[in-house]
Amino acid sequence: MEQTSHRFKENAERALASSTLRVALDRTTTLLRTRRAAVVAAFPEFAEVRGTAARIKDHTIAHLDHYLEMFERNAIASGAKVHWARTPDEATDIIVRICRQAGARTATRVKSMLGEEIGIGEALAAAGIERVETDLAEHIIQLAGDPPSHIVMPAMHKTHEEVAELFSRKHRRAPDALDVASLVESARRELREKFLSADVGISGANFLIADTGSVVTVTNEGNGELTTTPPRVHIVNAGIEKLVPTVEHATVLLRLLSRSAIGTEFTQYTTFYNGPRRESDRDGPREMHIVLVDNRRTDMLAGFLRPMLRCIRCGACMNHCPVYGAVGGHAYGAVYPGPMGAILTPAMSNLAVAGDLPNACTLNGRCREVCPVDIPLPDLMRRLREEQWSRGLTPRVVRSGLGLWGTLARRPGLYRLATRLAVFSLRLVGWRAGRIGAFPLAGGWTRHRDLPSPQRGTFMDQYRAGRRR
Amino acid sequence: MGEEGKGGAVGRHGSAPRVGLFVTCLVDAIRPSIGFASLKLLEDAGCIVEVPARQTCCGQPGFNSGDNAIARDLVVGWIEAFEGYDYVVVPSGSCAGMLKCHGGDLFAGEPDWAARHSALADRTYEIMSFLVRVMDYRPSGVAWPGRATYHDSCSGLRELAIHDEPRALLAAVDGLELVPLEGNDVCCGFGGTFCVKYPSISNAIVAEKARQVGASGAGLLLGGDLGCLMNMAGKLSREASPVEVRHAVEVLAGMDDEPALCRSE
Repeated sequence: MEQTSHRFKENAERALASSTLRVALDRTTTLLRTRRAAVVAAFPEFAEVRGTAARIKDHTIAHLDHYLEMFERNAIASGAKVHWARTPDEATDIIVRICRQAGARTATRVKSMLGEEIGIGEALAAAGIERVETDLAEHIIQLAGDPPSHIVMPAMHKTHEEVAELFSRKHRRAPDALDVASLVESARRELREKFLSADVGISGANFLIADTGSVVTVTNEGNGELTTTPPRVHIVNAGIEKLVPTVEHATVLLRLLSRSAIGTEFTQYTTFYNGPRRESDRDGPREMHIVLVDNRRTDMLAGFLRPMLRCIRCGACMNHCPVYGAVGGHAYGAVYPGPMGAILTPAMSNLAVAGDLPNACTLNGRCREVCPVDIPLPDLMRRLREEQWSRGLTPRVVRSGLGLWGTLARRPGLYRLATRLAVFSLRLVGWRAGRIGAFPLAGGWTRHRDLPSPQRGTFMDQYRAGRRR
Repeated sequence: MGEEGKGGAVGRHGSAPRVGLFVTCLVDAIRPSIGFASLKLLEDAGCIVEVPARQTCCGQPGFNSGDNAIARDLVVGWIEAFEGYDYVVVPSGSCAGMLKCHGGDLFAGEPDWAARHSALADRTYEIMSFLVRVMDYRPSGVAWPGRATYHDSCSGLRELAIHDEPRALLAAVDGLELVPLEGNDVCCGFGGTFCVKYPSISNAIVAEKARQVGASGAGLLLGGDLGCLMNMAGKLSREASPVEVRHAVEVLAGMDDEPALCRSE
């Protein structure tokens, strides 16, 4: 997708002006938060498992080279082919080459964030291979020509009323009715024959298990297995941080993933893939390819963003973020929105063009509170601001404002004087009403709210004059 | 977080504890009554309170903008001004959180300062948590009739785990009925410099907060952080809401002679 993170403010204004977006966001994030709270409350060991999960991920990341080689050995032993890609382009080149070698005209795909990250849709289109998105929400946004706006619920920005209108226009046979069940039935009818006629199926991985070479996916719609089983070739694309040492470790993370993501104890389908079809198997692909993608994860590993590699892509951070709740996913202008995106987007592209993202956050800490692997998201955003400051990327108006404030705040006497002057001028404007509706340079505040006018004199002056109560 | 003996806390030399009050920039400039209410409550609780003249700011605007140099200097200034006291008390969860939880991050490679910071941070409290946890204090003889609701500011709630303390203190106020606020633990959209850097987003968040405050049925909104209170009061005032907004210590100290935020004198 085209990255528009550098236009974050403009994107946000557009989002705030859309009343249907607000309805869609409210409906879905409220539902996800409520359901998550209920399943977490019913899981008393949640905090303990969360700690274990963070340690499992930290251990694996600290020994990533070891576990990657172990995974490669075991995946090859299971009959899969393993490919390594440093960049999104290398990854898509490998995938397109595999498709061409298989003589593929059609590829079905089950949604994965890594696929979005490397731009698989654009790459297949450029290669003339028809791409069929089989996830219901991805099917919706493919028809609409939209990018995803949430990592678990990519069509979250659409109301079901909008989806009904879209399906009526785009499906070969229009839905029988406009209720949600009829819309699902219509999508099922539209997709069914594509599942059986595809040459290649493309999926992602929720976990890669080093000591068995297995790929694990979690899905809810049944489209995953219909995408990966009937075609001749199954291609897995996965980030290198998806590794865990053993199946036991994967099960710890599985206990957290669905609860955090959609507020259910488990997903409908949890599938472990081990290599292509064996002679004794009744079905399955003849070839299985696993494309392991870096895309700057090793840079994150080497720097202060390393804790971000714990992320299991549940989306709880965005469901609980007040900024995401106000502007939705498209405003972030990149594959990963919300708090996780505010860190991943600068890390995977460039802090200079995604500079707004780590700043558009109130540091309220709710994202970290709900993160199933305890990523210190607000601290990482602040560290990115520190990097912006030291690289001179902070906007000039912010720099000079803080520079002036810093000069005063370092000198208590001067600071007292400046505060006194500010209070005096604010009281001139607002004392009768108790509030100020407009003030020079305070438009950011007063455009939307009043500013309380100060009481008589600063605390320090009154205290020095002898007031005690 | 320090777990000093509950009730009847004494200073390091066996007498009444000496408390240094860190007033905070916003209270100093906008609403001194919060500072005076804090003084009164601390004295009623049996503390000897002083207000060091050298204090300025906790450094949060610099720290949250990535300017660690200025934040470090201000935290150093705070340590120098306050380390002679038994306790530091702050009428703001976010300033207390900055000093207590983040100040130490600024002294990498400066072990002496890091140690001095850590020693003072352990004795630093947001005011309501100090009154309850350290002094085991409850107000008595204070009346404030009416229905109120409470917003938990994020830094106090998540960095300092302050939730029960304001409610325990307010329960001792005669005539005050505390009703629940939907979304009481959700950010109000203030976020320090966030609200002026991203005014439209901040407005969308605080507009939702104002709606929930209106729906609570309370006539008075209380909280423990003046920045958040200014944001919510400013929005409620702009929408001509009848709900009054105050810092909880004003109610606890019975300080009803000052008009609420954004109200005429």
